[in-house]
Amino acid sequence: MKINIPTPLRAYTGGQQTVSIPGATVGEALEALTGAYPELRQHLYSGEGKLRSFVNLYLNDDDIRYLPQKEATPVEESDELSIIPSIAGGCCRRLQILLGMRKFVTISDRSKIICN
Amino acid sequence: MLHLTYSGYAALRAHGEETYPHECCGVLLGNSTPEGNQVRQIVRAGNTRTDRAHDRYNIAPEELLRIQRQARQLGLDIVGFYHSHPDCPAQWSQTDFAEAHWVGCSYVITRVDQGKAAVTNSFLLTGTDEEDKKFLDEPIEIEVNELQIEQEKGQA
Repeated sequence: MKINIPTPLRAYTGGQQTVSIPGATVGEALEALTGAYPELRQHLYSGEGKLRSFVNLYLNDDDIRYLPQKEATPVEESDELSIIPSIAGGCCRRLQILLGMRKFVTISDRSKIICN
Repeated sequence: MLHLTYSGYAALRAHGEETYPHECCGVLLGNSTPEGNQVRQIVRAGNTRTDRAHDRYNIAPEELLRIQRQARQLGLDIVGFYHSHPDCPAQWSQTDFAEAHWVGCSYVITRVDQGKAAVTNSFLLTGTDEEDKKFLDEPIEIEVNELQIEQEKGQA
């Protein structure tokens, strides 16, 4: 099957955008992938061997987390597996210092930017 | 160095103004070169964090999948992302850092003050893994033509 490698992980697949990997199931293909490119393992799996929470895997158009057989889902030669790291974030939050909290701040500190 | 066309730069800032007071987000398609990430196309994305869109953003992975396919068909890569900070500095936050996983990509942040785009900064995510990743300030080079310079003068 074909596995699509996202930009940040191509450094570990010799720059290849797509690699062809054998395997009868999603799990087998992932095992073959990390066997062929061992440096990928730490980027896909935690120290406990679990898929990292920010790594999304799509078999064609389906998130494997929602497939009934998950990583045991059978795959065909023509299937595509895509690795998609998540993208999220957010700005600082402006908190108004409440009157009751004035004892903790100077009088001029009417508001404070807190990054979280 | 992040290389943007003026129209791309203006488009991502306009997106932040349109979604104010909520955060906007999108993807930068282009090529990674020895001189830096070269952006060829800006793709808007939806912010799935409707629970607190004023200070959080998230791009659905299925939308990223679609954008990644679109990039491949165009012979481009995902080279970065952009989002806005409504009434907050154009600096990465701890949340931005914790949720950044695309090493080698540019993270562009625009401060939007009362609905008007202010400062736009870019940060390059570097490192080899989650433990040693860091954001580096990244200069932005904007390609402008004479007509666009005149338009900018007219708005000033």
